[in-house]
Amino acid sequence: MTTTSLPASLDDVTATAARESADFTPRYWLFSLPAVLVIAAVIVFPWIYTLFMSLQDWKIGGGSEFVGLGNFMDLAKDQRFVESMGHTVYFTVLAVVLPIVFGTAAALVFHREFPARGLLRTIFIMPMMATPVAVALVWTMMFHPQLGVLNYLLSLVGIGPSAWVYDPGTVIPTLVMVEVWHWTPLVMLIVLGGLAGLPKEPYESALIDGANDWHMFRHITLPLVWPFIMVAIVIRTIDALKAFDTIFVITQGGPGTASETMNIFLYLQAFQFYKIGYASAVVVIFFIIIIMLSLLLLYARQKSKWNA
Amino acid sequence: MTDHLLKPTRRVLLAGGTAAIAAPLVLRKAQAQGAFDWKKFSGQSIDVLLVKNPRSDLMQQAEKEFTELTGIKVSSEQVPEQQQRQKAVIEFASGKPSFDVSGISLHVQKRMAAKGKWFENLDPFIKNAALTAPDFDFADFGAGPVAYARQADGALDTVPFFVDYWIVYYNKELFEAKGVAYPKSMDEMFTAAQKLHDPAKGIAGFVSRGLKNANVPVWTSLMLGQGVETVTPDGKLATDTPEAIWAAELYKKLNKETGPVGSVGFNWNECQTTFMQGRAAMWLDGVGFATPLEDPTKSRIVGKVGYGITPPGPKAHHAGMFADGMGISRGSSKKEAAWLYIQFMTNKKNQLAMLKAGAGAPGRSSAYLDKATIEASKFGKQYFDCLLGSAKIARAGLPQIVPVTEFRDVFGVALTNAIGGADVAAELKKATETFAPVLAKSEQG
Repeated sequence: MTTTSLPASLDDVTATAARESADFTPRYWLFSLPAVLVIAAVIVFPWIYTLFMSLQDWKIGGGSEFVGLGNFMDLAKDQRFVESMGHTVYFTVLAVVLPIVFGTAAALVFHREFPARGLLRTIFIMPMMATPVAVALVWTMMFHPQLGVLNYLLSLVGIGPSAWVYDPGTVIPTLVMVEVWHWTPLVMLIVLGGLAGLPKEPYESALIDGANDWHMFRHITLPLVWPFIMVAIVIRTIDALKAFDTIFVITQGGPGTASETMNIFLYLQAFQFYKIGYASAVVVIFFIIIIMLSLLLLYARQKSKWNA
Repeated sequence: MTDHLLKPTRRVLLAGGTAAIAAPLVLRKAQAQGAFDWKKFSGQSIDVLLVKNPRSDLMQQAEKEFTELTGIKVSSEQVPEQQQRQKAVIEFASGKPSFDVSGISLHVQKRMAAKGKWFENLDPFIKNAALTAPDFDFADFGAGPVAYARQADGALDTVPFFVDYWIVYYNKELFEAKGVAYPKSMDEMFTAAQKLHDPAKGIAGFVSRGLKNANVPVWTSLMLGQGVETVTPDGKLATDTPEAIWAAELYKKLNKETGPVGSVGFNWNECQTTFMQGRAAMWLDGVGFATPLEDPTKSRIVGKVGYGITPPGPKAHHAGMFADGMGISRGSSKKEAAWLYIQFMTNKKNQLAMLKAGAGAPGRSSAYLDKATIEASKFGKQYFDCLLGSAKIARAGLPQIVPVTEFRDVFGVALTNAIGGADVAAELKKATETFAPVLAKSEQG
């Protein structure tokens, strides 16, 4: 049995209506205050402080002096910094494109039914689960020009030894090879997820129209799965841009400065030379680059949506 | 005997009298040794920052004994070298480091420590009989390491407990097979390397660090053969002088013409592996890397390793010296307890333990004279002769300036480029021009 409470008087009805129509928004704002404070403390303040430091000539253990845009001007003239930007672009392009190509190809393979598919797919994604520093240490041993297993394997098929990461000309492609090995499975998983959700009807129609496998891939699969590939591109680009651990462990930016990316350059300035002001200026430039690139990628992703 | 007592001669009486006069002195000394109060600061706790290495392992093993002796509790942490240096810089700069004792690399942070006033001057502690055990015997520390640890104003910031002399490890078997004698000069070192270089068999005549930053001590060690260092006593760069170019040319020839493929990216560990696997005839590096060479589970050249003093150069004969020291944080509130810790960890027994364990060359001279240790050692007499011989001709391997790391970075790149075929003089000139303002600024600030 249910009971319905009736308003005792007209005043009660008026009061209830007034309560319902009242604007409580200012009070709700209070509930968001803790989150705002946390974000301000851990995100906004460090950024403002980094920006402030980028305008100072400050070295740990010494005094600081306001230099305005001096650090940025010095960076523009610093040949090593300019080179490090070039190395970053070179590394990032290769470390995005190759895993995307191989990961998409692997996803197409694993999308088909064949014996032991589950087992092989599990083996394929194993590199992704390894710790980057541990991976880097293992690859370092494998790259040793005289004692590494890679040159031994090359010798078995009659190919001469390579200097791998010990040669300025081959160091970045070799580092990219480690990235490809490590992160192609991630791309494969993302694209595989996209393939699993594709409708069957377009393929059936295409078959009736006499399309071959390539036609179906080029004109049906690729356009439909492209939004997922764009997600993979965004993730890979961010990862490749911020790559540090693998490069630092394997080459420390060497030989010479041949693999010195912006991150390695930044690390050297901040934690080896303790030039905090100069390093902060690098961070600001790096941040601007990442923001611009992210906006570009998000725009591209938006354009690639099915309903766009 | 009885006759002597009943009818003492003048000589016996004289001897007895001397003994009677000397007895209180001897007794006082004995009492002083026995009376040193190690428990004076019992109940205190100290924090210690160490670099991760076998020497720190030994110190941590000795902490229990130290606590039993003094009643002082120790909380120590080992941090990998690069990170330990960063931690030390940041914490000392804060003015309130979280540790009472810290180890530092003198060849990297000595001047930085002086400039930042990181450590207490230890001289007053050493001279204070109430704080220093009579058997500590600071005079036992080698003159070279002590001079290295002293700052320009004469203050002794740290006790130099570990010294690394640069020596030439050589493969005796490869030398004998080609009938090559150990080089008597740096120039001969190159000719010997040429004779021993056999790429067809995968054997390099010489191996040394090529990786930037790590490679600089190789160049500076060769430059000592010209009797000069990279920074003059009055603080000027001598890095593009004919002597510097000569040393860099030799470095380039040794690595490019007689080194293994890829040595441009080698740090000490790649060099060690290459040498240990019998793939290099000579390796110029610190004596502290000897231990695995005589370990049958890791090395293929056990018993075949020769330990040679760095050969003389055209004008001088020196061995590059690098050292670690341990000091008391100026911001510590437990300085006396911290001094007892340093004193204990660098006493004769523990310094000898370092040598016995093959954990490095101690700063104390007495350790090298312990015959039992030498006989029991797996390294053999030649190793110890090399150590002692190097100690006699040791000279700072890196400039004693504040921005040592930047120095190593800038000139390291120049040396790497040189191995790659670049013109040595041009590279050194460019590096000197790049580094000169950094040095000038560091001296002003």
